[in-house]
Amino acid sequence: MWDFPLFPSQASTNAAKLDALMLFELGVVVFFTLLILVLVLGFAVRFRRGNPVDRSHPPTHSQAMEVVWIAVPMALSLLMYGWSTRLFFDMYAAPADAAQVDVVGKQWMWYLQHPQGRSETNELHVPLGRPVKLNMTSQDVIHSFFIPAFRIKQDVLPGRYTSLWFEPTKAGVFDLFCAEYCGTNHSIMIGKVHVMEPADYEAWLSEKGVGPSQAEEGERLFVQHHCAGCHRGSQTVHAPKLEGVYGKPVPIQDGENVRFVTADDRYIRDSILIPKGEVVAGYEPIMPSFKDQIGEADLLKIIAYIKSIANRETSQ
Amino acid sequence: MSASAHARHDDGPPADYLSDTSVASWLLTTDHKRVGILYMFSVTAFFLVGGFIAALMRLELMTPKGDVMATPDAYNRMFTMHGVIMIFFFLVPSIPGVLGNFLLPLMIGARDLAFPKINLLSWYVYMIGGVMGVYILVFGGVDTGWTFYTPFSTMYSNTMVVTAAVAVFITGFSSILTGLNFIVTVHTMRAPGMTWFRLPLFVWSHYATALIMVLGTPVLAISVILIALERFFHFGVFDPKLGGDPILFQHLFWFYSHPAVYIMVLPGFAVISEIIPCFARRPIFGYRFVAFASVAIAIFGFLVWGHHMFVSGQSMYAGAVFSILSFLVAIPSAIKVFNWTATLYKGSLRFDTPMLYAMGFMGLFTIGGLTGLMLASLAIDVHVHDTYFVVAHFHYIMVGGTTMAYLGGIHFWWPKMTGRTYSELWGKLSALLVFVGFNLTFFPQFLLGYLGMPRRYFEYRPEFQVLNVMSTAGASILAVGFLLPLTYLLLSLRKPRDAGPNPWGATGLEWQVESPPTTHNFHQPVLVTCEPYMYSPEEAEREYANGQHAHHA
Repeated sequence: MWDFPLFPSQASTNAAKLDALMLFELGVVVFFTLLILVLVLGFAVRFRRGNPVDRSHPPTHSQAMEVVWIAVPMALSLLMYGWSTRLFFDMYAAPADAAQVDVVGKQWMWYLQHPQGRSETNELHVPLGRPVKLNMTSQDVIHSFFIPAFRIKQDVLPGRYTSLWFEPTKAGVFDLFCAEYCGTNHSIMIGKVHVMEPADYEAWLSEKGVGPSQAEEGERLFVQHHCAGCHRGSQTVHAPKLEGVYGKPVPIQDGENVRFVTADDRYIRDSILIPKGEVVAGYEPIMPSFKDQIGEADLLKIIAYIKSIANRETSQ
Repeated sequence: MSASAHARHDDGPPADYLSDTSVASWLLTTDHKRVGILYMFSVTAFFLVGGFIAALMRLELMTPKGDVMATPDAYNRMFTMHGVIMIFFFLVPSIPGVLGNFLLPLMIGARDLAFPKINLLSWYVYMIGGVMGVYILVFGGVDTGWTFYTPFSTMYSNTMVVTAAVAVFITGFSSILTGLNFIVTVHTMRAPGMTWFRLPLFVWSHYATALIMVLGTPVLAISVILIALERFFHFGVFDPKLGGDPILFQHLFWFYSHPAVYIMVLPGFAVISEIIPCFARRPIFGYRFVAFASVAIAIFGFLVWGHHMFVSGQSMYAGAVFSILSFLVAIPSAIKVFNWTATLYKGSLRFDTPMLYAMGFMGLFTIGGLTGLMLASLAIDVHVHDTYFVVAHFHYIMVGGTTMAYLGGIHFWWPKMTGRTYSELWGKLSALLVFVGFNLTFFPQFLLGYLGMPRRYFEYRPEFQVLNVMSTAGASILAVGFLLPLTYLLLSLRKPRDAGPNPWGATGLEWQVESPPTTHNFHQPVLVTCEPYMYSPEEAEREYANGQHAHHA
């Protein structure tokens, strides 16, 4: 019965760093708790009524002591702040070579898409020792993607993308939880993260045969939803070509002015759902909205396709 | 008994405030003391309801599988109602409504609060909200969590969200009225000679609380109105499908609800600052620092709401700013704890029930506050946000802090309010049981949180069970600790009045009048000529030695 964990397993590069900070702060907490405990109990014993000790002129104030007990906690606070903020910024700066996995949360399951085309629910397979970036959105309410063994968590919001990254350091199976209350079955919106040796991961990817990649799926949708009709070589409709666009600045007509917006996931998503919001300079706002016509998972595939043609020459 | 300057003026015994016993005299009273007693009945009732729900939740969490409650929906309604009732109907009104109303005018030498009728109105407004809360509980419940996060609350929940929002909205006005009354009273009704730096720290803390009530609560009202507008009329405010932004709600909600944490805990500081000097028999250490710390908390408390949103998707630079501000807001709380500790030095300490509660408060609030530093640390918060670590942290503040202070205050001023003393033995036992039961309930939750158990989970992974069983066992001890005072305090009312005006030998104007006080509080104009907390430890020792001597003779 006493065989229960008191400390979570450490399975990512971030986990070890965070635990070091946690241990330091735990030291601070324990030190001050003990300090107050020892002082309170010590005074309680020494100055209990009837104990004959010197009680003359009890001090009523001391500028020096106030300065000490303001300055010391302040200095420790700044140290903890600097340390934790640095780690936090690292948690959100994914390495450039991180493989992207797209995540859609919905009441009450997780749907995950690998770029190679395989998708899964409530399970996430990732290779050991390689950075993975999660690009996440929700189909309904706010969820939160939480892997305790990696010490990471990020809310997953409807209507926009949030991301986080990790690099697993230990093969094994770890818990995945939804941490933001999302309704009836919140507590079973859980899953498993399988950290596999890279070779096993490759085998897992092609276990069900090699299907179309996420970008290829996206291209199929791109044609099926008639995006290609205007955005690909049409002579009749004046629409911007999408090759080489992803990740580049795009000129946006903003009244009389032109401003530049980076064509990232957010921009492409909004351009599909709210096309009149940010119109590329020199084009008419004629594109219809695809709101309520393309689901979150398909949107992610189309974005993957547009991303895949980022290095292609514009066909114009 | 200390040589208090109390003098009776016997031109016939004046009627005490309890002497009129008709129901109408209670329901139409404008006496601040009676309104305080009305609040005491109501917050106690709500505390029992909220506590009963907590007990059901702890029973459910004994096992990893859902078994006590039939469905997850039932559990989700339980934790929502527990939060709503405990926060809006117990913690926020508890100390200000009961002790603040009763004591503030007495402490500053006033006849009543500045607006006695508004004071009664605040209780009625609160009761309307409270009765709606109970109605919701009985007829369907609400399952959004006390935080009402959108778009779940506006577009997805099928429960009584709007009714709950209206109840919270109405109750908010009660807070605003109380806050307004306190501010005006402290400014305009102080007795001659009662300068700002002669005010008991109880008054300073309540003044700071009142500022937050008046400035923060309207924002809560606005956010719940926006929820209702979106639910009823599909105004796109928070739901992205309607063009809204769900994060906006979190900003509005926490802009009130973080300062509300200080609405709940500053009055606790108020009580502790009175109890410690009295039982240490010496002036408080660093009066001005303690006083200004309350005001600093009230101001800085408005600037840290974003620390509830480090993983919400708000900009990480905003996170960095809110993090440093959150570290800074901890400093005034640290100042208070250190000054209380220094107040024990060279005192003449007695450990009556109120003092035991106050010492328990100091320990538990210290742990609660220091774990708050961990949560203010961005990287750590990413891991423990929305886990049981947070649940443990805020219960250390809200139960270990505010509720311990409330019980300490009730035990301290019970003789003043009722004219009766209670059994010290039972009192000390209750303080001990609450302290032990509390730690056993909530300490394991820190471990559960760091292990990764998310909050608001109806079912959980089996490896979390042992710690959950410990927590539930602690909760049963805690329940006994809470029910004990209810029993022996009520039983004390059967005794004749035996307290006398000043059973603790305390300074402070409220101890200069009869117990229970007369309707008019003071019989003659009050003139204040000295600082608060004019205790002398050496005199206390001499009296003690004389008492021992007499006993042996």
